Amino acid sequence: MPERFREDLCEPDRKELAEGPAYRFELDRREWISSIGAGLLVTAAGKVVFSPGGASAQVRSSHRLHLGEDGSITVLTGKVEFGQGSRTEILQAAAEELRVSPDALRVMLADTAETPNDGSTAGSRTTPSTIPVVRRASASARELLVRTAAEAWNLDASELRVEAGAVVRAGNRFSYADLARTKRLETTIDDNVPRGVPLREVRNWRVLGQTLPKVGAREIVTGAHRYPSDIARPDMLYGTVLRPPAYGAQLESVDLTPGRELGAVAVRDGEFVGCAARTSYEARKALKAISETARWRTTAHPSSEGLGAYLKRHAQSSAGGRRGARRRESGDVDGALAAAKTLEASYEMPYVQHAPLEPRAAVAEWDKDRLTVWTGTQRPFGVREQLAEAFRLSADQARVVVPDTGGGFGGKHTGEVAIEAARLARAAGKPVSLRWTRAEEFAWAYFRPAAAFEARAGISGEKIVAWDFTAYNPGTAAIETPYAVPNVRTQYFPCDSPLREGSYRGIGATGNNFAREVFMDELAGTAGVDPLEFRLANLDDERLAAVLRAAADRFAWSTGKSLGRNRGSGIAAGFEKGSYIAICARVRVEGGSVEVERLVSAFDCGAILNPGNLRAQIEGCVIQGLGAALSEEIRFAGGKLLNGSFAQYPLPRLRGTPPMETVLLNRPDVQPAGAGETPIIAVAPALANAVFDATGQRVRSLPLRARAA
Amino acid sequence: MARFTVHINRNELSTESPPDRPLLDVLREDFGLTGTKYGCGEGQCRACTVLIDDQPRASCLTPISSVEGMSVTTIEGLASGDQLTTLQQAFVDADGAQCGYCTAGMIVEATALLKRNPQPSRAEIVDAMNPHLCRCCGYRNILASVELAARRSEASDA
Repeated sequence: MPERFREDLCEPDRKELAEGPAYRFELDRREWISSIGAGLLVTAAGKVVFSPGGASAQVRSSHRLHLGEDGSITVLTGKVEFGQGSRTEILQAAAEELRVSPDALRVMLADTAETPNDGSTAGSRTTPSTIPVVRRASASARELLVRTAAEAWNLDASELRVEAGAVVRAGNRFSYADLARTKRLETTIDDNVPRGVPLREVRNWRVLGQTLPKVGAREIVTGAHRYPSDIARPDMLYGTVLRPPAYGAQLESVDLTPGRELGAVAVRDGEFVGCAARTSYEARKALKAISETARWRTTAHPSSEGLGAYLKRHAQSSAGGRRGARRRESGDVDGALAAAKTLEASYEMPYVQHAPLEPRAAVAEWDKDRLTVWTGTQRPFGVREQLAEAFRLSADQARVVVPDTGGGFGGKHTGEVAIEAARLARAAGKPVSLRWTRAEEFAWAYFRPAAAFEARAGISGEKIVAWDFTAYNPGTAAIETPYAVPNVRTQYFPCDSPLREGSYRGIGATGNNFAREVFMDELAGTAGVDPLEFRLANLDDERLAAVLRAAADRFAWSTGKSLGRNRGSGIAAGFEKGSYIAICARVRVEGGSVEVERLVSAFDCGAILNPGNLRAQIEGCVIQGLGAALSEEIRFAGGKLLNGSFAQYPLPRLRGTPPMETVLLNRPDVQPAGAGETPIIAVAPALANAVFDATGQRVRSLPLRARAA
Repeated sequence: MARFTVHINRNELSTESPPDRPLLDVLREDFGLTGTKYGCGEGQCRACTVLIDDQPRASCLTPISSVEGMSVTTIEGLASGDQLTTLQQAFVDADGAQCGYCTAGMIVEATALLKRNPQPSRAEIVDAMNPHLCRCCGYRNILASVELAARRSEASDA
């Protein structure tokens, strides 16, 4: 069994991982050849083995670094690059500790046959989990280089230092390539390698902490980079898959003949029907001909009208398992409420879709009973398991390779497209490329969960004395209030969802924080205290207070009495996955639309690894959050999406991008946390609070709907 | 099926194809020019933008028969050998790509913009680029990249 990883264990929000197999097919070891050459494989703990490379490379889960006899240095990790900058930051981490120029390294990501299993690229875990192990392995390799050179030259290791990838002394040079060629190391290594080599302190960083040009940018701007949907193999066919006409519809019968008469490979295996042909055009024509013969049994399906009430009616009260209902209570909530001034409110949010610009895509190729799939998934090893299960293979008969991919945002954790491509390739006897259409990506990928919330609190003066918060279905991330409240009850109910649902950037934290931070504003109003002051008065988390003050300072915070009619300011903050965000927003409500005039974000994720990439992540995350706050809402009825296209589902574009400022709070004394997710959680509540300031209308559901007063 | 001949990136290329097949498919599947991306197939995201006789067009909505004998430039046809265009270099230097899937369409569009209007105002850039979706929402760096390219062109012309 593969290793289980912390992010998979601690996140009940990842509902897509609880799904059963995508298909149940009725389908009628040698090692993979590695591109890694001869050299040393190094673990984070400093263990080293000689690897002959090629077919016998045998990279194990603990191997982080490969030092080639040819002078190549390769960082190995099972993480993926989806635009978040993992490739560049991992490179920086290794270069820092190896004392080499970043140009001297390459980073090999996410190939189940060549890289260690680092679980999913999710939960903002690359920075806190992967960066440190890459640094430790690199520091161990550096120390080994020094010790081996010292031994060869009969010097004291403390006299030697590594500069630009080598130890140089009195005209002699000993490089990582020389180290890799020192074959006798293999037997003596356990004695040679020190444990716990210190990492370079943040204040001495030379490569980390800098903005480095994105690795691979040249291939992107020339069109040379091959995304999963661009992979081409000899004799490859293009595939397409028959989808049900509505959610819940089941296939009764279908005739494949019309597709085959058009020259396509057509296959039905249980619920799966697909075609493969020489061009995607031919595959589409064949599938259309087949689809006209398909008979479906449909079933009733709820609509997106009244979704919040639907979820509450379908709440699951059983507390079983880590995805079940939960309840936490401290203090005497009911007693404190009874004695306080109280307020209650309900909130809602709809399903939204990730809509990564590259839809799900995979290229599958069989070599007898061995399967290779190139696909854009955030869980390469998880998808390998799914493939092995679907095709009854052992794990080492399936290989998943993840080329740097066109966006994910938590939406590409599952392997359905890989399985579909592999099934078609099996039937065709040739490699098959399958790329979902935009309509498929909207309808059949999983959604960020719709959710409903009920909040109740009691205040005394400017202090919250009781807090009673219930969330229906968003997930549990950031469900606990970060404010200092003596009596707290938090309840969570997963609900029977009409739509397939799962992870999304920020997962449950976005909904939980929306409800909480709008409610905080309402409480501030009830207390008659400025929203910023009210938050600070109820906080003892200094880092959260610091981002609030930093955003407010840059914004020159004040509520909008002076801004004029229909203009106003809002503030919101939040904490999740080790990082802190506060956002101040100014809006103007005109007619029925909300225009964002200015956004100031302040963010703290500990020591900053790459300020340019961090800023890009925060800004992109915040703008993505504007979509879900202002315009995005999946609507459905009769089992069909009503707005499953870019024409009908407005996403943020350049024109709507407001003037933005981002304040980065660097904390060199704090281990870095991930940054790609948390900024999104403060966007919607800051805007909702600004709309209230502008119009006096309290908006408690997303997307925000307001009318000018 | 019919034979269509198109001048693609200064090469004359031909293919047997149904006349209504999208140029996007022909570029990617027949000619291996995968730099041009599919995003939606309905002209709403513009990831598939190419230049047809120097005009930016959504190749997903362009039947191959409609470009017979015409000139098509894709992202692969912009650089001269290893020499990036000013705009491509600006996208590298200003970190104009996150996942980069929209980048080809962005660069092709902005290439046409800067050709017809070498010193566009910010509003003119926004107008030209607004039809392009970047789902990473890296719009600020995309805007900065185009502005950087315009500044560098002005400096080198001066």
